[in-house]
Amino acid sequence: MERQLIQLKVNGEERDVVVSPNETLVEVLRDRLELTGTKMGCGEGACGTCTVLLDGKPVRSCLTLAVEVQGQEIVTIEGLAEGAELHPVQEAFMEHGAIQCGFCSPGMILTGKALLDENPHPTEEGVRRAISGVVCRCTGYAKIVEAIMAAADAL
Amino acid sequence: MKWEKYLVPASLDEALKTLAEYEGQARVIAGGTDLVPQLKKKERTVKCLVDVSRLAELKGIHHQDGLMRIGAGVTHQQIAASPLLRQTAAALAEGAAAVGSPQIRYMGTIGGNIVNAQPAADTAIPLLALDAEVEIASKEGVRRQPLEDLYVRPGVSKVDASAEIVVAFRFQTLHGKRGSAFARLAKRRSLSLPILNAAAVAILSKDGALFEDLRLALGPVALTPFRARKAEEALRGQPVDGESVVEALVIASEEAQPRTNPLRGSAEYRREMVKVLLGRALERAVAAAKA
Repeated sequence: MERQLIQLKVNGEERDVVVSPNETLVEVLRDRLELTGTKMGCGEGACGTCTVLLDGKPVRSCLTLAVEVQGQEIVTIEGLAEGAELHPVQEAFMEHGAIQCGFCSPGMILTGKALLDENPHPTEEGVRRAISGVVCRCTGYAKIVEAIMAAADAL
Repeated sequence: MKWEKYLVPASLDEALKTLAEYEGQARVIAGGTDLVPQLKKKERTVKCLVDVSRLAELKGIHHQDGLMRIGAGVTHQQIAASPLLRQTAAALAEGAAAVGSPQIRYMGTIGGNIVNAQPAADTAIPLLALDAEVEIASKEGVRRQPLEDLYVRPGVSKVDASAEIVVAFRFQTLHGKRGSAFARLAKRRSLSLPILNAAAVAILSKDGALFEDLRLALGPVALTPFRARKAEEALRGQPVDGESVVEALVIASEEAQPRTNPLRGSAEYRREMVKVLLGRALERAVAAAKA
């Protein structure tokens, strides 16, 4: 196995990491960079909890190889708050009780942020479609949709 | 997940040379949304992955003189969001919008969807109805082949991803009295494989009353994406509404060979639904052609 040195740009910081060519992005984020906010669920691209932003777009970090995204901008849940100030989507999730067990929350919040960056005034249907790739087994989704809609108003 | 190398060639030529050096032990990777799970489950083994997702030669949606050319590296998201494709090849834009989930559509490419060779791939069915041709590069040069001829059986295409690279898809755009549409039946709207999908292309007479020509595609009702040619034949020259359409849909449901599948439902149910789903696609294709 040939390891290689790659440069990743994670949450605005340049990070040099030595990886093997078959490590997925979620493994590198969690195990090498200790950014454990990104969760690993099904590992086959179905549940969406491993969602991170790649150049601003939500993607599955369990299907993405770390070597594949060299030089691209990666944002994880740890990169959303500015200092002590939470991102409006994070605030809205707290305020609306859109978090229960919390396992889907990183993927949900990042997906919500990406949607609002692209469309600051989405319809409820648009929000539902945007989060359709992230599975939540606790909330029944209603509060998550409410929170993203509320964050849109707050932004 | 045991490959030794991941290479990112700077050009199509370099990518082909790299594949050649590995003599069948390397494989092309684009978005990876199908390949990575296959590698994880050890359904495929490779020594080296050759990343074509950054190749300029595989990018872009271009339209010239009635001919559309879509790079194989174009993502489902880009196809679904393209105003040009929504207007001139609506079935394909709708099919791309149905693939996986938003996160999959940002990474997955149309080329990968075809090479992966599933008989109900949501871009394959519309491309078949659009009568698309595929450009395939190998060290011998670029060859063009009808999409329909690329399929062997589920998961196997005639593109050798250890030596060849799909570069682009081409088809005639639909303008004037021409229209297309896509329809899909699944248990959920996101992240579920289709129970059935259908695409229709309608080419109408000048007054919009008759089918001058049409193409009907269905999946998964055979080992490969399926053209309902007997139904097409029955409708050619016939009025766009009325008994002839109903009869043609019955013919389509007879020539299709859906199988009973625990995830997709019984053969009887799916055969019945061929009429419904294909009918919906055809009706919308006709409406688009008239508009």
